[in-house]
Amino acid sequence: MATIKVTRPKLSVGEKVYFGSIFKGMIVTLRHAFKSVMGKSRGADEFNSSGVGITMQYPEQKWDDELPEYYRGTPALVTDELDRERCVSCQLCEFICPPKAIKITPGEIPSNDEWSKVEKRPQEFDIDMIRCIYCGMCEEVCPEQAIYLRPDYIVTGTSRKEMVHGKDRLYEIGGKRIGLVNKWNELK
Amino acid sequence: MEITLLIAAAIKIGVFLGVTLTLVSVCVIFERRFSAIIQDRVGPNRTMIPLSILGFKKDLALPIGGLTQPMADGLKFILKEDFTPSYVRKAFFWLAPCMTMVPALITMAVVPFGSPIEFGDLVIPMAVADLNVGPLFIFAIASLSVYGITLAGWSSNSKYPFFGGVRSCAQMISYEIALGLSVIPVLMMFGTLNLGHIVEYQANNGWLLLPLWGEGLTAERWWMLIPLVVSFFIFTTSIFAETNRTPFDLPECETELVGGYHTEYSSMKFALFFLGEYAAMIIGSALIVTLFFGGWSIGFGIDGLLPTGAWWVSLLHIGCFLTKVTIFILFFILVRWTVPRFRYDQLMNLGWIVFFEAALINVFIAALILAVPHIGYLAFGVCLAILLVITGVLFAIAKSAIHTPKEGTI
Repeated sequence: MATIKVTRPKLSVGEKVYFGSIFKGMIVTLRHAFKSVMGKSRGADEFNSSGVGITMQYPEQKWDDELPEYYRGTPALVTDELDRERCVSCQLCEFICPPKAIKITPGEIPSNDEWSKVEKRPQEFDIDMIRCIYCGMCEEVCPEQAIYLRPDYIVTGTSRKEMVHGKDRLYEIGGKRIGLVNKWNELK
Repeated sequence: MEITLLIAAAIKIGVFLGVTLTLVSVCVIFERRFSAIIQDRVGPNRTMIPLSILGFKKDLALPIGGLTQPMADGLKFILKEDFTPSYVRKAFFWLAPCMTMVPALITMAVVPFGSPIEFGDLVIPMAVADLNVGPLFIFAIASLSVYGITLAGWSSNSKYPFFGGVRSCAQMISYEIALGLSVIPVLMMFGTLNLGHIVEYQANNGWLLLPLWGEGLTAERWWMLIPLVVSFFIFTTSIFAETNRTPFDLPECETELVGGYHTEYSSMKFALFFLGEYAAMIIGSALIVTLFFGGWSIGFGIDGLLPTGAWWVSLLHIGCFLTKVTIFILFFILVRWTVPRFRYDQLMNLGWIVFFEAALINVFIAALILAVPHIGYLAFGVCLAILLVITGVLFAIAKSAIHTPKEGTI
């Protein structure tokens, strides 16, 4: 390898005395201080500043409008346009889930039901949000497009029990999703 | 008579200790808010008055911008687990935090907070101890705090704290010399070591760095500004080094030494280090203000117009003093976020090669300027020429002493 000789930069007398540079630096920091008090820091507008610095003050102000469509928040179950459960409780998500956060109790659809050919639906579907790592593997693996990572990110609770999302809560977060799903094909 | 003085002393001790400790918490909130706005952040702004811990239903949310944050910080320190590792040397481990905090608080005793109050025929100075060796007392006691830091580093029985302790020891001893020498021109100028008298002189005759009234308008005082400004720079920088503030916070630099000398400390023992450090910073600011910026005096000849010895004048002066100290604390914080940390050899070069020599030459320059009326201009010129030659030789020696890497060998 070629040797690259790096020469030290020559300092002028003013730079060697050092106090001038410190003074310049203080002007920079003071300018930042004044600007952030006035709410005119660089980037304050883009970051939707609360008026001091460029900080957005969280519980009052939120970044939700700016979240991208692919944002991976809490996993949730979805229904189709007729409020039918998409999940067939194949348990693929339960098996793929790296932290083992998902627990499904499958249930059978009775034969007198209109959609008895689908055979199964979840009796219970629990996602432990303390365990969930928001990896999105459940969404990837689902053959029925029944589980999605939604842009909700506020998951709070005062006990471990509260942090387990049951079926109702999951459908509540997930909402409806319109689109082709093979199993609702009436011809087959 | 005696009893009155005793009672006055007791009250002064209580009040000034209280004021200093309050100033520490003011320092903490300033440090956090000011550094936040320098970095375009908000900082702690929503601490409430915690009525709920007293049994009330709700906290009192007043729009005070997080002013109660130091209370919360203090409470956190008390409630945290006080963990003592099994491998430390217990006695010294417990002794060290006290030895950093106590000297810093003791030095507060000689600082004049305000003008004296006349109480009947008694004149009560607004300093706990109106010593005739004020600055010397402060230097003597403040340098004791190095024991605390060194003991903390050693007794922790762990590598990084030990490095911190050793660094701090070397640093404080080195900068004490520059500190002591730089203050000599100031003391020559005043001709007294009593801080109370120093401030009174400045109140009547212009602050040391702002001689705009009284005797301050003489040519001699303005000539003296040259060595005094140099003194001020060296003194302030040395105070930074003595109090282990950035850019000289090598004893506790997180990037190199984890936490420095207080790595193994937790809870109240750590809080005592914290307190001692901030108290040292306050005493440093107080000393700079007292020596160079007129202590409690309002300045511009206003002090002469006010009645002497009235209690409200003294209170006004105390307020003025605390304002000046607070401004200097803000300056300390500003410097912290402006100047990056020095390397260790740079620190030692600055202390021993630059400041030591500069302070020494500065003493002689000040002496020459003060001596002009007695020795005449011819002798002054000759002496100045000799001094310049000596300075040149000193510079040459100092330059050869600084080790600089050769070109192209970075």
